[in-house]
Amino acid sequence: MEKPNYQNYRIDAENICVDYNGKVALYDANLRLKPGQICGLVGMNGAGKTTFFNALTGFVNISKGKIRINGEPLRAAQKDQTIAYVPQSEGIDSQFPVNVWDVVMMGRYGSMNILRCPRESDVQAVKDAIRRVDLTDFLSTPIGNLSGGQRKRTFLARAIAQRASILLLDEPFTGVDIRTEKLISELFIQFKNEGKTILLSTHDMIHVREFCDLVLLINKTVVAYGETSEVFTPENITSTFGGISPDVLFGPES
Amino acid sequence: MEPFLLSSINTFVTEPLTHDFMRKALFMSSLVAAVCGLLSSYLTLKGWALMGDAVSHSVMPGVVVAYALGLPFSLGAFIFGVGSVALIGFVKQKSRVKEDTVIGLVFTGFFALGIVLVSKIKSNIDLHSILFGSPLGISLSDVKQTVLISLLVVVLLSVFRKDLMLYCFDPRHAKTVGINVLFLHYLLLTCLSLAAVVGLQTVGIILVVAMLITPGATAYLLTDQFDNMTMISVFSAIISSVIGIYCSFWFDLETGGSIVLAQTFIFLFAFLFAPRYGIFKFKKIFSNYK
Ligand SMILES: Nc1ncnc2c1ncn2[C@@H]1O[C@H](COP(=O)(O)OP(=O)(O)OP(=O)(O)O)[C@@H](O)[C@H]1O
Ligand SMILES: [Mg+2]
Repeated sequence: MEKPNYQNYRIDAENICVDYNGKVALYDANLRLKPGQICGLVGMNGAGKTTFFNALTGFVNISKGKIRINGEPLRAAQKDQTIAYVPQSEGIDSQFPVNVWDVVMMGRYGSMNILRCPRESDVQAVKDAIRRVDLTDFLSTPIGNLSGGQRKRTFLARAIAQRASILLLDEPFTGVDIRTEKLISELFIQFKNEGKTILLSTHDMIHVREFCDLVLLINKTVVAYGETSEVFTPENITSTFGGISPDVLFGPES
Repeated sequence: MEPFLLSSINTFVTEPLTHDFMRKALFMSSLVAAVCGLLSSYLTLKGWALMGDAVSHSVMPGVVVAYALGLPFSLGAFIFGVGSVALIGFVKQKSRVKEDTVIGLVFTGFFALGIVLVSKIKSNIDLHSILFGSPLGISLSDVKQTVLISLLVVVLLSVFRKDLMLYCFDPRHAKTVGINVLFLHYLLLTCLSLAAVVGLQTVGIILVVAMLITPGATAYLLTDQFDNMTMISVFSAIISSVIGIYCSFWFDLETGGSIVLAQTFIFLFAFLFAPRYGIFKFKKIFSNYK
C-alpha cells in the first residue's frame, strides 16, 4: 500500500464555528484526517454532528475558521467531486418520486455536462455501485418502497458512484439490520484500503471500537480527539454525554 | 338515436372552434396550463405551495402600475413577484416572525396595495379581468408576451430539469458535488414569478395558485417516477383547460373558475381512485378478484 503523505491532510478543519441565525451550534472545532483513516464522530442528539457535516460539505457557511480539503478551499473540492455525503435518514424525503437508479445516478451529476446526460462510463459507475451495496434487484424500485436499510444502501451507492476520496456518513448504522450492518462495515474496510478518508457519525460505541482509527467526541465543540485507543475512554465519553456513565451507553467495561 | 347523439357530440366539440376568440382562448389556456403544470411538479415536491400563493398575489400592484404607465404588464408583474420573494426573505432573516406568517403578511400587503391602486388610478383597468382572468378577451400583444414568456420558462425548466429535481430532493448533495444551489433557488423563483404572470391572464390572480399546485399534486398521487410526474401534471393541466373552456362556453360559466374546478375534479378523481395512493387503491381490489 502507498505510504500516506503526512504533509497533506485530506480534511483540515481549523477552529470552525457554525451558527444558525445567531444560535451557535458548533464552535472552535478542529479536525485533521489523512488518506486511509476512518474517524468516528460521537456526540449526543443536538451535539452538532450533522452541523459538522454541513460545514464540511459547504451546505452551511462557517462563521469563523478555515476548511481545507487536500490543501485546497472547499469550492475546489466540490468541483472535483472529492467529497461524498450520505445523509441521515431524517434528512431526506422518502416519498420523493425517484427510484434507486435515479438516486445513484445523482452521484454522477457533478461530473456530467449541464443537461446531465449519462455517458457510458456513468452508467457503468452506477451499475458497479449498486452491485457493491447488493441492490441489483431493486434498480427500478421507488425509494418510498424500500426498507430503511435498503434506502441507506442506496445513498451509500450514490457516494460510491461519485468516486469521491472523502466519505461523510451521517449515522450510517441507525436502523439497519445485522446483515446490512455487516455489508456496510465491510465496505468501509475496503474504502480504507483504497485510501479513502471516512468520517462517520454513530451512536453505537461498538462500531467505534471495531473500525475507527480515530474518534472525535463533540458537544458543540470538540471534547476530545485522537486515536481511538487513547481517546475513547469512559471519562471522555461521560463528559461528552453530559455526565451519563458509559456503562449505561454500552455495558460495563471489561 | 345514435346518429343524433354522435352529431350532438360533434357539435359540442366543433361549434366553439368556429369562433376565433374560442380558438385563441383554447390555445392560450392550454399553453399557460402546460407551463404552470410543468412548474407545479417542482413546487409540490419542494413544498412551495404557499410561496406560489404569495408570488401570484403580489404581482397585483405590478400589473396595475404597468397598465397605468403603458408598459407591458408582464414586466410590472415580474418585478413585484420577485420583489415580494426578496422582501419575504429579508423580513424572515431580520425578525423572529415565522416564515409562513411573513409570507402571509407580505403578500396580503402587496395585494391590498394593488387594490388600492386600482381604485385610485381609475384608468380603463378592468379589475374583474385581473382578479378572475379573461382568456376570452386576450389581446394580440398579450398573446405575444405570453408565448414568449412561456417558451422561456419551458426552456429554462427543460435545461435545468435534473438539477432542479436534485435541488428539490437533496440540496445538500447538490451543493457537495459543486452544483450552484443558490442559482437554482432563484431560477425556480424566477420561473414561479413568470408562470404566475402568464397564469393570471387565464384564471386571474386569485386562482392562479391552483394552476401552480393542483396538477402537480394530482400527478404526485399517480406515479413514483419524476419524469412521469411532470408529464401527467402537464397533461392534466391541459385537459382541465380544455374542459373548463368548453364548459364555460356551453353553460355560460366563469372561465377561470371552470378551469380550476376541472383541475380540482381531476385531483379528486386521483385522490379517490389512484392505483397506489388513492383512497380506494383500485389495483388492490382488482388483484383480489383475479
Ligand atoms: N437548520 C437549522 N436551523 C436552526 N437550528 C438548527 C438547524 N439545524 C440544526 N440546528 C440546531 O443545531 C444544533 C445541532 O444540531 P445537529 O443537527 O447538528 O445535531 P446532531 O448532533 O446531528 O443531532 P442528532 O444526533 O439528533 O442527529 C441543535 O441544537 C439544533 O437544534
Ligand atoms: Mg444529526
